[in-house]
Amino acid sequence: MLKDKNRIFTNLYGLQPWTLSAAKKRGDWDGTGKILGKGQDWIIQQVRDSGLRGRGGAGFPTGLKWSFMPKVCDRPKYLVVNADEGEPGTCKDRDMIRHEPHKLLEGCLIAGFAIGAAAAYIYIRGEFAEEADVLETAIREAKKAGLLGRNACKSGYDFEIYVHRGAGAYICGEETALIESLEGKKGQPRLKPPFPANVGVWGCPTTVNNVESIAVVPAITKRGASWFSGLGRPNNTGTKVFCLSGHVNTPCNVEEEMGIPLKELIERHGGGVRGGWSNLLAVIPGGSSVPLIPKSVCETVTMDFDALAAVQSGLGTAAVIVMDKSTDIVKAIARLSKFYMHESCGQCTPCREGTGWMWRVMERLVVGDAAKAEIDKLLDVSRQVEGHTICALGDAAAWPIQGLVRHFRPEIERRIDERAKTMQAAE
Amino acid sequence: MPTLKINGKEVTVEAGATILQACEQAGFEIPRFCYHERLSIAGNCRMCLVEMERSPKPIASCAMPAADGMAIYTDTPGVKKAREGVMEFLLINHPLDCPICDQGGECDLQDQALLYGRGKTRYQENKRAVEEKHMGPLVKTVMTRCIHCTRCIRFATEVAGVEDIGALGRGEHMEVTTYLEKTIDSELSGNVIDLCPVGALTSKPYAFTARSWELKKTESIDVMDALGSAIRVDSRGNEVMRILPRLNEEVNEEWISDKTRFACDGLKYRRLDRPYVRVRGKLKEATWGQAFKAIAKKLKRAKPKEIAGIIGDLSDLEAMKALKDLLAGLGSKRLEGRSDGAALDPASRSGFLFNSTIAGLEQADYVLLVGTNPREEAPVLNARIGRLARAGALKVGRIGAVEDLTYKVEDFGDDPRTLEQILTGKHAAARALKKARKPLLIVGMGALRRRDGSAILYAARAIAEKFKMNRMDWNGFNVLHSAASRAGALALGLAAKGGMEAITRDAKAGKLKVLFLHGADEVDLEALGKAYLIYIGHHGDRGAEGADVILPGAAYTEKDGTYINTEGRIQQGFRAIFPPGDAREDWTIFRALSEVLGCTLPYDDLAGLRRALGEDIPEIAAGEAMLRSQWGKFGKKGKIAALKLKPSQTNFYFTNAIARASKTMAECSEARGFSASTNKRTGTDG
Repeated sequence: MLKDKNRIFTNLYGLQPWTLSAAKKRGDWDGTGKILGKGQDWIIQQVRDSGLRGRGGAGFPTGLKWSFMPKVCDRPKYLVVNADEGEPGTCKDRDMIRHEPHKLLEGCLIAGFAIGAAAAYIYIRGEFAEEADVLETAIREAKKAGLLGRNACKSGYDFEIYVHRGAGAYICGEETALIESLEGKKGQPRLKPPFPANVGVWGCPTTVNNVESIAVVPAITKRGASWFSGLGRPNNTGTKVFCLSGHVNTPCNVEEEMGIPLKELIERHGGGVRGGWSNLLAVIPGGSSVPLIPKSVCETVTMDFDALAAVQSGLGTAAVIVMDKSTDIVKAIARLSKFYMHESCGQCTPCREGTGWMWRVMERLVVGDAAKAEIDKLLDVSRQVEGHTICALGDAAAWPIQGLVRHFRPEIERRIDERAKTMQAAE
Repeated sequence: MPTLKINGKEVTVEAGATILQACEQAGFEIPRFCYHERLSIAGNCRMCLVEMERSPKPIASCAMPAADGMAIYTDTPGVKKAREGVMEFLLINHPLDCPICDQGGECDLQDQALLYGRGKTRYQENKRAVEEKHMGPLVKTVMTRCIHCTRCIRFATEVAGVEDIGALGRGEHMEVTTYLEKTIDSELSGNVIDLCPVGALTSKPYAFTARSWELKKTESIDVMDALGSAIRVDSRGNEVMRILPRLNEEVNEEWISDKTRFACDGLKYRRLDRPYVRVRGKLKEATWGQAFKAIAKKLKRAKPKEIAGIIGDLSDLEAMKALKDLLAGLGSKRLEGRSDGAALDPASRSGFLFNSTIAGLEQADYVLLVGTNPREEAPVLNARIGRLARAGALKVGRIGAVEDLTYKVEDFGDDPRTLEQILTGKHAAARALKKARKPLLIVGMGALRRRDGSAILYAARAIAEKFKMNRMDWNGFNVLHSAASRAGALALGLAAKGGMEAITRDAKAGKLKVLFLHGADEVDLEALGKAYLIYIGHHGDRGAEGADVILPGAAYTEKDGTYINTEGRIQQGFRAIFPPGDAREDWTIFRALSEVLGCTLPYDDLAGLRRALGEDIPEIAAGEAMLRSQWGKFGKKGKIAALKLKPSQTNFYFTNAIARASKTMAECSEARGFSASTNKRTGTDG
């Protein structure tokens, strides 16, 4: 269990005010100027050494991402913070912005300085209206205190942060779609290459990071890379905010060490599964995009990138959706399929056509109105979508279905048989 | 120059080439829908997926730059499966209405489904239906067939320069539309029909009239403007069904204007299919013999200097040469090729040609437009300027009326005297011209069709010389003609002393008794007084109306004709169909008439005529592609009047007799509001 002294988000629950004065008491904006004084390379090296992996879902090493930014460049460079938190089950960034906006702003300054950004854009989900207000007020506070803007933290470095509100499209959380949306265009992912580090916002080198990835940077640089890498387990270091939802007794956001056993996480912080551990059916461990894992796997699996990948799932955004035995598991996954159909941008063929197809088949599987061969067909269609699209939404639409078939095929077949029997009886 | 392996075959491609291009170069065809050489890369159809060594996922070959040492596979089971998958996805919501689809037979989806598809569908759900869209009188939409390749959207934005087409909605509800269901505000809109890989956007006028395999395809040259775009005339029986562009990188790339494409229905209406002779003020049907007799009678009483001729906008070189020789036989040298009164100077070819060539625009970095609206006078040329201007490679300045050219233009007012200020070097345009590495000047008919036209031409030449546009390696002085016949007429030397002004004056004064009008429909016949008018042409338009004798000729699709475009490019069109009724190819009319008049022309077949033509224009005899030109003196020093430069054309869709006879062009004109003032709707309309 994470010791309180190692906690980064000390006001995650909003027990104290989020304002600058309160944030300073918690250690935010402390010695930021001094950290900037250590230079860009030092900061990037610290983040690399810390082993921090992106908290937005893909888990790409943050320091490595920063080092992709061109050192010498005739165009301005930008930092973009992805606060378009839309993954079902995920609500960590919202609480961070709501209660700890200064941690994010401080992180923006340090990260922006490290990559040589001229400014940072925080692209915030449109539904987070109050959070955006908090953020904007916090920026004003920080600017007034000389922490941002011209000569930020007396470092001689000019840095502005702009808040941009999205319009509620899930796809705008994809980094290149986010960039398009930020530029005022239709939110559709771009082709890669070129990657944002070369051609990003307004065609300039850009780094896009998740809110949490940026918000932990001040702690890493202040307390040292080895402190951060000492938490968790190798290649999966540090702390992570987990979002527990679904059939647990006390749903919550909680900061924990990476690699905490899933069972411990649920029992200790979620107050246990509704009706006890034996009532557990399955868990989606990383937001709606990752394949579910059945109870048998949940017994032993630890919550980190590599361990979850080993059981054919993923840590994703660490949004743990717990489902007890009262859940209609097929219907639950069918609902996710509908979500992906609705949120597909429509740009590329497999996702545009495939998500709708998969949802329609899923809807029939819910009531068993299908032939058993259709389960394999569905799996085949999902594989035709997976990996064939411009962005990862196609994968995200395919994985939950693949997870369902992998672990709950007998349940689907049972429904088909049952319906066939009723139909026969009716005749 | 990266070297990579495609299916084990080594290939070296140009830097910046994509994997798809590399595959093509290595001889492996990659299926595609969204990719198009002339549009930006969208990478959204996913049909071009290939496998790359060390890549866990297949990659979109259209979007991935080729790099050194790559190993690409296009024939693996994985690639086959990926293609089948994409094909299946495209087809699940595509209606199976090929039998009633105009794209049938020339449909990319059909072809590729056959080659790369699975043959059977596994889709059991309901298909999507999409509400119809309205895109104007030219583009017919069946949006249920749309596969969302976005070629049309990219064409509209990147080539036509109008952001009129876009996509609304998300996921499977994404729909390509003109937003407010209005007509596409472009002269190039018809090209989206060619670009559409399926039957979502098809030709409205052509709808349900023919199947592609029934058509005879004749390669030809367009005459709707002075560019001489390469076209293909598709005909069935003796009817032109449609006109499509052909590839010509030097001129039209692969675009044509809507007038070029859709005015062809005008070939069916208001045609002159038999000779007419005016008897007691009324035109009466006649035989060729009667018509020739009437002409001979009139000519007998006319002295050589009382005979003249005027060449219209659509004439081919053969007809002009035959008429020139006929008049010479009658003792007259007065054949005028500049029927619009433009002060063009045939003395030096540089003075009437688009010297930089159209493709030469690609090298230019600054262009100054003088009294021209290329968007209306040469839409395809305008698209090229627009593409370069939007890419930032070309800056555009203008002296002339302010009109929307679809790209950013720096305006220097519409006072032609600005040219004189530029010559002093103190004008903003002068600074821009001086700074430019390869500056261009495009002088349009709006500047030359004035009484002070030759003074403007003189000033333009002076500017060209001052800013060193007439170098060995770069001739940036350009004249943009508005008529297909003009450059050819000037190359033949058809410029009588005093031009149209003198002809009108003499005709009015009774000094000109007989006038031959070859397709001269843009001439004010009233101004020609009581002269005896012999009209040779194909449409019952303005020229025929006032004529005393009408000899029915052939339209451009009905004869083998040579044309010289505004650059001086010598091109040949071919006969697709025969002229209607008694109408004949124009040069044969002059040949027959010459016999009646006792001055028989010395050629009796096309080859002979072209040999004679070669004597006038040596480049034709030598089989060269372009007129040779040398810098010389042209224009006349004079005072430029304070008169504002006007736009040279008023209605893009009605610039010649064929277009005026076309119903489609009339609909376009109405839809885009060109004829709002002249053709008011009455209360009972619609």
